[in-house]
Amino acid sequence: MTSEDDKIRVLIAKVGLDGHDRGVKIVARCLRDAGMDVIYTGLHRTPDEVVSAAVQEDVDVIGISLLSGAHMTIFPRVIELMRDADAEDILLLGGGVMPDEDVVELKAMGVAEILLQDTPPAEIVATVKRLVEERGPR
Amino acid sequence: MTDDNRTNSQNAFDGMALEQLEQTHAEWEQGEVASFLARQPEAKTEYRTGSGWPVQRTYTALDVADTPLEDIGLPGQYPFTRGPYPTMYRGRNWTMRQIAGFGTGADTNQRFKYLLSQGQTGLSTDFDMPTLMGYDSDHRMSHGEVGREGVAVDTIDDMEALFDGIDLTSISVSMTINPSAFILYAMYIALAKRRGYDLNALSGTIQADILKEYIAQKEWIFPIRPSVRLVRDCIAYGAQHMRRYNPVNISGYHMSEAGASPIQEAAFTMANTITYVEEVVKSGVPVDDFASRLSFFFVSQADLFEEVAKFRALRRVYAKIMKERFGAKKPESMRLRFHAQTAAATLTKPQYQVNIVRTAYQALAAVLGGCQSLHTNGMDEAFAIPTEEAMKLSLRTQQVIAEETNVTSVVDPLGGSYYVEKLTTQMEREIFAILDKVEAMGGTVKAIEDGWFQREIADTAYEHAISKADGEKTVIGVNKYVEEDEDVDIETHPYDPETEKRQIARLHATRSDRDNEKVAALMEELKAVAQDPSRNIIPTTIELVDARASMGEIIETLKGLWGTYREVPVF
Repeated sequence: MTSEDDKIRVLIAKVGLDGHDRGVKIVARCLRDAGMDVIYTGLHRTPDEVVSAAVQEDVDVIGISLLSGAHMTIFPRVIELMRDADAEDILLLGGGVMPDEDVVELKAMGVAEILLQDTPPAEIVATVKRLVEERGPR
Repeated sequence: MTDDNRTNSQNAFDGMALEQLEQTHAEWEQGEVASFLARQPEAKTEYRTGSGWPVQRTYTALDVADTPLEDIGLPGQYPFTRGPYPTMYRGRNWTMRQIAGFGTGADTNQRFKYLLSQGQTGLSTDFDMPTLMGYDSDHRMSHGEVGREGVAVDTIDDMEALFDGIDLTSISVSMTINPSAFILYAMYIALAKRRGYDLNALSGTIQADILKEYIAQKEWIFPIRPSVRLVRDCIAYGAQHMRRYNPVNISGYHMSEAGASPIQEAAFTMANTITYVEEVVKSGVPVDDFASRLSFFFVSQADLFEEVAKFRALRRVYAKIMKERFGAKKPESMRLRFHAQTAAATLTKPQYQVNIVRTAYQALAAVLGGCQSLHTNGMDEAFAIPTEEAMKLSLRTQQVIAEETNVTSVVDPLGGSYYVEKLTTQMEREIFAILDKVEAMGGTVKAIEDGWFQREIADTAYEHAISKADGEKTVIGVNKYVEEDEDVDIETHPYDPETEKRQIARLHATRSDRDNEKVAALMEELKAVAQDPSRNIIPTTIELVDARASMGEIIETLKGLWGTYREVPVF
């Protein structure tokens, strides 16, 4: 049995003006059902709000959902803010609709993984667990 | 004639024949069906519709025996189950209305002209996120989103560029926009006035359906009450000045995209409709003065028969609500007309060409269900907004249905199908049951505030995701017939990285070339009107946009008075 302290903590966020929240809510629910602590920011957050919430909540993972096409503007900003906040040990994940070539670029920038539409819930859970385990204790 | 006979005479079949049928049916079950099943069981133990309703092996007259004949009726007659008009596509095909929008007004204008040259018969405008949310292109929240998912419109100058060279009195124009809709509506009217058009000659629609935003699409600015007032003002202004224009497009589509089942989509849309009608009536406009201009927008999904039943049931339910609840007298006030769009959420990235096939069947469902206007999605929309080529193919899909299949020759060709009639009645009853539930909760606005609709939809979306992951719900190319080493080679819509800069330059040029004192004075007037809910905000907004005030300026002013909306997220 996992103790409270071992629980993976995840901040799930919607950033920018994008209102598509069908996927993000499913992801939040799947991770919660898998025993993780999930905080969902709700819609229309700024990168600053997301990074400071992540630091304050001491999460292991930030998951940002974007279906607006603004990912190449928003992710670099989030990464920059994480660096400024000395929070680079938090894993950054992305999800939503993004072209494959952008996925390659985002991962090169430091996004740990991008989970695109139609990723099965079990795979999302497994990916988060694997990445947290690979990163090791903080 | 006995009472019993009289009851039966209102139904499709007489009592004697039904009794006989019941017996024949039982014999068939015990005979042919049983022996067949003994040799070969059915592939599944139960069969369900898209809404999850169990369906029978087959349907007979027994299943429609409790549907009053007058509920089925005739096309163009109350309760309009069989269609809003008596001749439907025999008179005129539905409007083929592919949505378009990207970059600046001039960029989208080019796409409009291309689509028209390909035989499209209506225009539909998609706006970028900042425009949809009421931010000017130079606002910090707009960064990275200007002209990306739709066209950027900050001022009337953009509106002029958008419709340059297009005669707005000869084509209907739809604008998909919600919390900031009243401003776009005002820009459209101001543009029409500048061009010297008679406002009564304008046709088209502005979506302006804010309630479904709180429920599903999540584009909002102000709290619910002032937002509903803005919708009311759009409707009331239209009722007085624009005889052919639909000042609201009450939408189920986005609820479906957010995960709602067909029945939820239908019922929740009717719940919103009731709220708008109540608001407008409360403001003193008689129901028959505006109801004929209410228009609707629904998704057309994959379960063809259920979708057809949904459209038929919606027409029946709406007619009954308008007549019985609101006391409408004119038939036009009870006649539901709708735009349909195929289901974007069903589009897949893997084997994306299959999307053409999916879309075609969904489009067929909309046509068999009697839509007035239709958008068919592009095969590439799981990647990005569609290319010109993808849109042409989508338009051709509609043209094939209209001109090669003959399905348009007969009005409501599925009317009388035992299955479809049964589903229609079932759907109608379930919609009314859900409406009663909403009423008992204290009405639509209360249910939104409580997050009820939002939770219902999130639950359905979650179940859908799980059944897709389990393979219980088949999605070709995703969980069945998967091509492991599929190499996706697709050309997607390019985004011009200079768009944001170009658009901001346009906005700044407008701001530096206008009578700022006049704008400021009108802004003060806007504040006064906004603070008096008994007044209509549209006339002052028209003056403001005509004086080249920007959308963001108007919105920020009103935010100062009304505040903003913040959702309590549920998952």
